[in-house]
Amino acid sequence: MISLSVNGDNHELDIEPETPLLWVLRDELGLTGTKYGCGIALCGACTVHIDGRAVRSCVLPVSGVKGAVLTIEGLSKDGSHPVQKAWIAEDVPQCGYCQTGQIMAAVSFLKAHPKPSDAEIDAELTGICRCGTYPRLRAAIHRAAALMQA
Amino acid sequence: MGKIEVGRRHFLRTGLTAAGGFAIGVAVPGWAAAAMIDAEPWDRPLAAGGTEIGVWIVIMPDDSIIIRVAKSEMGQGVTTALPMIVAEELGCDWTRVKAEYASANHNFRADGPFGSMATGGSQSIRTSREPLQQAGASARVRLIMAAAERWQVPDAECQAKDSKVSHAPSGRSLNFGDLAAAAAVIHLEREPEIKTPDQFTLIGQPLARLDSLVKVTGQAEFGIDIRMPDLVYAAVAACPVPGGSVQSYDADKVTGRRGVIAVVPVPNGVAVVADRFWRAQQALAALPIEWDYGVGAGTSSEQFRRDYRAALDGEAVLARDDRDVDKELASGKVTEALYETPHLAHAAMEPLNCTARYTKHRLDIWMGTQNAFGTLQQAAKLAGLKSEQVYLHNCFLGGGFGRRSVNDEMVQAVTVAKAIGKPVKLIWTREEDMRQDRFRPQAAIRMKAAFGPDKLPSVLNIRTAVGSIDRSLGRDQVTRGVEQQAVEGFVQPPYRIPNLRVECILKNTHIPVMFWRSVGSSQNAFAMESFIDELAHEAGTDPLQFRRALLQGKPDFLHVLDVLEAKSEWGKARPPGSGRGMAIHEASGTIVAQAIDVVVSPAGKVAVERVVAVVDCGHVVNPRVVEMQIESAVIYGLTAALYDEITINDGRVEQGNFDDYPMIRFADTPKIETHLALSGGIKWGGIGEPGTPPVAPALANAIFAATGKRLRTLPVKNGHLSGHA
Repeated sequence: MISLSVNGDNHELDIEPETPLLWVLRDELGLTGTKYGCGIALCGACTVHIDGRAVRSCVLPVSGVKGAVLTIEGLSKDGSHPVQKAWIAEDVPQCGYCQTGQIMAAVSFLKAHPKPSDAEIDAELTGICRCGTYPRLRAAIHRAAALMQA
Repeated sequence: MGKIEVGRRHFLRTGLTAAGGFAIGVAVPGWAAAAMIDAEPWDRPLAAGGTEIGVWIVIMPDDSIIIRVAKSEMGQGVTTALPMIVAEELGCDWTRVKAEYASANHNFRADGPFGSMATGGSQSIRTSREPLQQAGASARVRLIMAAAERWQVPDAECQAKDSKVSHAPSGRSLNFGDLAAAAAVIHLEREPEIKTPDQFTLIGQPLARLDSLVKVTGQAEFGIDIRMPDLVYAAVAACPVPGGSVQSYDADKVTGRRGVIAVVPVPNGVAVVADRFWRAQQALAALPIEWDYGVGAGTSSEQFRRDYRAALDGEAVLARDDRDVDKELASGKVTEALYETPHLAHAAMEPLNCTARYTKHRLDIWMGTQNAFGTLQQAAKLAGLKSEQVYLHNCFLGGGFGRRSVNDEMVQAVTVAKAIGKPVKLIWTREEDMRQDRFRPQAAIRMKAAFGPDKLPSVLNIRTAVGSIDRSLGRDQVTRGVEQQAVEGFVQPPYRIPNLRVECILKNTHIPVMFWRSVGSSQNAFAMESFIDELAHEAGTDPLQFRRALLQGKPDFLHVLDVLEAKSEWGKARPPGSGRGMAIHEASGTIVAQAIDVVVSPAGKVAVERVVAVVDCGHVVNPRVVEMQIESAVIYGLTAALYDEITINDGRVEQGNFDDYPMIRFADTPKIETHLALSGGIKWGGIGEPGTPPVAPALANAIFAATGKRLRTLPVKNGHLSGHA
């Protein structure tokens, strides 16, 4: 049995230890806000937090999870997290598929960089958005930083 | 209607300035409001207490309004823009509007009230606007008539606004919800007039999208997110060489594995079904499969490239032939250039997937499709059911770009669901999604021109060898060896060139080809706008002024050029190693010009600094969505132009994921400015695609300006730019 804490709930799961966390979240726990994009940790659609730190869950074996997992479903119930509010205010999502991963990456990033520079965004946020929402993503990250300062 | 002045309409931009910049019009209170589209967007039975007024509008007892959308939401904003058109006429409170997909099943049963429902070609606004305005106007008039009847006053004394009908002389008013039932049974003798653009109050406003909230919370249901009792999962492998088939497989090798339920043959491939997707995927990887690779085996991109070049010297079919091209070419010095463009994958973020639940009397399908109605009918045929027995629940699409117009994944999922008698969610891995794509056609395009005494080209001869999309899709429209996609942008160029010949050579390989954002314009604009740039340099004329001379008599194009010249600071000198290039192209009824600034390092690395885009789509429904689409189309075009090509080796696609088919990320994203130069009038152009075609030529022209090196083959990464002066 694998023990896993997700969004404050503890689970005992009878699954293969090598199962990637992504598929445990999606298919075992029904938390489909975390997305499958590439399966090789390149695109970031599967980003979740473990003990507050952003990780790409598609290549992380569930047995290797040491800490509490937070997914988009646990970030807020109603989209009221400042990063989500900033995303809405800037109308970031187009197709929206990658955005939950972008949001989880940004929440973790903003903890380390409460007043991020564009260079820091370029260097540390590497998620792919095929709709090309990067200009709005950038604006939303700065807006979220301002909201979180306030 | 005259031109809308750029100063008034022009709006910036990306980056950090948006705070407050869009705070005009109706403010939608964002996160605090109720969902404005449900997480499950698909059609559902009429909500309890709801009253339909026509097929598009449902009025709820609490005065909230459901507006149906018969197009697919793949990021382009239809679930916001199309309801705006209805609401403009209806006179409802925009903050109480909810969007919902129209039912493809009902469309069949009711003989097509929602039209084709196909979403592509940047057509949604263009084809839906008038009918949706009419639907909104019709409902408004009926609500007014219902109120007037109740009050026994003349209709003309009543007014509909903010989801109320009011009678000013008596100060009375009634909510839409109280009038809906009476209005629904009123039959109009004559449909009311619809508003003209000068009367719009909602259309033209930069309203927030209705689908943002469900997309930032993870609640939005994409096809891949569907869950239901007894659901099983399928992983699938189609023959790695397109057109090949399965010879044999050894199911015994995987049937004992944990969770594995079945191994099921599907057209050109095999699916492994398990209780979890991960288990299905692992078992598929362990399944020994022997393939019959078919006619494509042994082929390569190098061979295709030689073949397409050679085809340019063979027979061609005339798509246009004005005056005497041969004589004109013989009389002057001929400039000639060959442009080559690769196959491209769509690579939507959500890999293709489909969930199917089959019983003898009913088939339910959940997926994201650009073609809900056509796919429903295809699924019925496949399952041996009547179309009215098939329920296609369209989901949010995790990107489309043309790929989700033809649904190979649906065929596989229905095949598996029928075989195993359980609801199944079939998912393509990223690698399967890239390798089993239907790609942008490969093309070789040869341009020839000669100058007249006015130092402008007097003759242009275009010859294109390109894959036929219609043939690849098994359509029968290709009767003369020419198809519209192959020659779009060539046969109706905006430029005044008196002797024009366009020749088409349709040439297919075993690689399936299809619509890729902006279709034929995506490669044809590269050839045309690169060549015009080459001619300008040969004539010793500034490329923008050269185009201006060729566009005399085309005021809409000239206005776009004027705005581009001003906003890009076109004439301003650039430091060494940097360059500015431009292109202009009309696609889907919309003119887009772009100026791109690049810096090329001595090592040959291209950095794109800024893209200025000027757009004439006639009128705009939601300028915010327009700006988003231009940004999106620019990034999509830049990604392809800089990095991407699908190559074939031994008959199979070599690329499989974002490591060998890279994407632009934050660090490579230029500043993008979008400016509107709207010509108004009768023009309503599309917006999802026309931002893409100018990108590749403007980029290549900028690289030429920076380095003196002309790149005639995409992508740029193969261009060997190191050591430029």
